[in-house]
Amino acid sequence: MITTDISIIGAGPAGLFAVFEAGLLKLHTHLIDYLPQPGGQLSEVYPKKPIYDIPGYPTVIAQELVDKLLKQNEPFKPGYTLGERIEALEKRGEQDFVLTTDKGTQINSKAVIIAGGLGCFEPRKPEVPELNRFEGGNGINYMVLDPEKFRNKKLVLAGGGDSALDWTIHLSQIAAEVTLVHRSESFRGAPDSVNKVFELSKQGKVNLLLNSNLTKVNGDSILKEVVVQNKADEDSRAIATDELILLFGLSPKLGPIESWGLNLDKNAIEVNMEDYSTNISGVYAIGDINIYKNKLKLILCGFHEAAIVSHSIYKYINPGVKYTLKYTTVNGVKAF
Amino acid sequence: MDENIQITVIKKGVEKDFEVPNNVGLNLMEFLKAAEHPEIEGMCGGMALCATCHIKVLDGSSLLDELNDDEAATLETLPQVFENSRLSCQIKLNEKIKTLKIEIV
Repeated sequence: MITTDISIIGAGPAGLFAVFEAGLLKLHTHLIDYLPQPGGQLSEVYPKKPIYDIPGYPTVIAQELVDKLLKQNEPFKPGYTLGERIEALEKRGEQDFVLTTDKGTQINSKAVIIAGGLGCFEPRKPEVPELNRFEGGNGINYMVLDPEKFRNKKLVLAGGGDSALDWTIHLSQIAAEVTLVHRSESFRGAPDSVNKVFELSKQGKVNLLLNSNLTKVNGDSILKEVVVQNKADEDSRAIATDELILLFGLSPKLGPIESWGLNLDKNAIEVNMEDYSTNISGVYAIGDINIYKNKLKLILCGFHEAAIVSHSIYKYINPGVKYTLKYTTVNGVKAF
Repeated sequence: MDENIQITVIKKGVEKDFEVPNNVGLNLMEFLKAAEHPEIEGMCGGMALCATCHIKVLDGSSLLDELNDDEAATLETLPQVFENSRLSCQIKLNEKIKTLKIEIV
């Protein structure tokens, strides 16, 4: 089991800055995020967008801000568990929490900061009956984690965005057969990728079914075929396949956090704005996921909350110990 | 000229009428959130990226600004869209619009 002082759920800007603020107080941290990379929305949703309201930066590109936060955290060597979702939060006693991920990783900490932003990014699913029958390794996939899994297999991909195009191109080189199903006649993805997919289709390396919808998935215990309907002539055809890869992007959901006994207001965690504590002592929430009077969902407010929450946790872990605020201008940053 | 926009919102078959000043300075997503429609999450804050403010425009579409590239690209990635699908965060409420009828998807 991983042990640390503070588990931080969510590696977006608020969670990342909490690493730094906790580090100044000599508290060790471990970050967990369902996305495969740190940065939260900034890296996943809008990495190339400029942000204009970070103090001291007239403009900063989202990914650049994430990179700077990571650099700033280096002295404090935070641990990372990425690509895993926290399923359970167990409080074994005061200053004794165990978090368990969907892959079975466990993290033991004295306090927990939930900096989960919008929640977990989960795949969008089309409205096709019985998709769940073949989920979990029986033929239906919502992302490509390891392309080698698809080597020499018959594949059907569905979707019209950049990831559908990119994976079609990549997988056409290693799979036995690739079919791409897309709802409309054209793609709006990166022009290079679009041209490449049409070229692969001309060469017979990709079977391109445009203006078509996936309507059915068939099989016994594992997926055997998918049914695709052309929107113009309503003609349906069955395509034998080993794997179906549905690439319709990601959508944020609060996810398992809903069931941890926290007081919620719609999709946000209620906190005491004096210390950002939740109704479970030792569990705190900062950034876009919390709600309090006059809450502003701004990165800079997440930074402020990260500083306050680190001091709150210091007091929770060291009851009765008086802490005198030390400035980095005087003391510098003392690495672990 | 400052006037009101008549907005009819259909949700699960139930129609509800709203009036909003045409100089309110909001986009339709922001208005729908303010009007307590929790289905409209608007999680990306209006960047046409998350598609959690997807609606259908039933009437009044000719008065709206056309789809921009960001909006069209995001709609393209969704598993299900309709001919009249829009992302409400990309619809600015302004004096060009007199009436608008929309359905929450």
